[in-house]
Amino acid sequence: MAPLVPSHEVLENRRIVNINPETVSNIPSTDFPGHWPGESHEWSLEKFRNGFQVEFHQNKQFDASFSLIGLDAAIANAFRRIVMAEVPSLAIETVYIHNNTSVIQDEVLAQRLGLIPFKGSVDGLNWMRWHTKSSDDDPSSGSSLSDYNTVVLRLDVECTKNPNASPDEEDPRKLYKNAHVYAKDIVFHPVGRQEEYFSGEGTFQPVNPDILIAKLRPGQKIEMEMHCFKGIGADHAKFSPVATATYRLMPDIKILRPIIGEDAKKFAKCFPKGVIALEPITTEEAAQSNTEYHGHAGELKAVVRDPFNDTVSRECLRHEEFQGKVRLGRLRDHFIFNIESTGQYNSDHLFLESVKVLKLKCARWKRGLTDLMR
Amino acid sequence: MSREAYQVPSLGGGNTFTNDNAGAGSMDGPIVAYLCGECNSRVSLKRGDQIRCKECGHRVLYKERTKRMVQFEAR
Repeated sequence: MAPLVPSHEVLENRRIVNINPETVSNIPSTDFPGHWPGESHEWSLEKFRNGFQVEFHQNKQFDASFSLIGLDAAIANAFRRIVMAEVPSLAIETVYIHNNTSVIQDEVLAQRLGLIPFKGSVDGLNWMRWHTKSSDDDPSSGSSLSDYNTVVLRLDVECTKNPNASPDEEDPRKLYKNAHVYAKDIVFHPVGRQEEYFSGEGTFQPVNPDILIAKLRPGQKIEMEMHCFKGIGADHAKFSPVATATYRLMPDIKILRPIIGEDAKKFAKCFPKGVIALEPITTEEAAQSNTEYHGHAGELKAVVRDPFNDTVSRECLRHEEFQGKVRLGRLRDHFIFNIESTGQYNSDHLFLESVKVLKLKCARWKRGLTDLMR
Repeated sequence: MSREAYQVPSLGGGNTFTNDNAGAGSMDGPIVAYLCGECNSRVSLKRGDQIRCKECGHRVLYKERTKRMVQFEAR
């Protein structure tokens, strides 16, 4: 028997997560085999390829926003989690303090340094290998420090009085030299092949040169060496290459019965600007006697213009006059991603990195399965 | 790491109160440099010296930071 094929209307209805005044319903996806009697829902690459779409809304270096349409929440969420926790980047891991007479304590300073986001050429980052720490009971285990797993940085600053400052100067930055220690004072010391991988534009440097690390006064001194390793966000948040990586579902607003005149204006105010538009009722619409538009020619009616910007605040559901006239929802398979990079990768590139990581994970899983069969 | 590695300088002999460290006579004890809490000048003191800055007469002196390298994890 051939499988039942539901109508387009039914399928569109199944796509929507209902947002009710107090509850959310129709949440889980049902497009898998065995849920709807008689229907197939068999997964096929062909079907996925035809239904899948990517739309970019904004693509800046530190902020990318795009929609993935036609995939399951499990996959979209996997990408989000991988971007945050499994795309590698370099961060300061060990700090060797030779001298620190500033008011900020050694351990606090070390922790601050670890959280500074760094960037280097992506080629260099891909060439770098993992550094494994030696275990407590076997100090000889773990990888040795090499050009392919360690980046050496130095920070040597001493604060001195500025002889050229005017005597009534009160700003310590002018009164003294090196009163503020910034991220740009950290110096990269390339070792071995790092010279070729991290050169020119792609040199290893802090993303934001003006991060304040410490404040000094004359006679105080910071002198230290730092080692950066490659790591992932699952180990420590400092390795995470994103500031935020989130997605939301596309809002869906359906006006079931006409909202006219003053009500329409009030209705538009229930939503963010631009979501609801007011349009005059045409004479043709008003001429039809079986609709609620009858006799309202020239008055304004509410139409949905751009549900993308809606926050789904449910404000319109609180008002008596809109009862039964509107239905709020979200499209279950329309994910609006928002990714803000910390600087190592461009924001759109980060998402591609997460795809790469997921592919590698799948390949490993497949290898594991074949090993199981043997 | 640094705290455990630190050794009290006067623990040279069996007796805690004999000061026979290298570089100084057994009666005088080692010369230790301090920093004045008021004018930040270096003050070298021996055992028995009055605890007082030679420049400004301030009576609060601080020990210098260790010269040893200290390792931390940036976590």
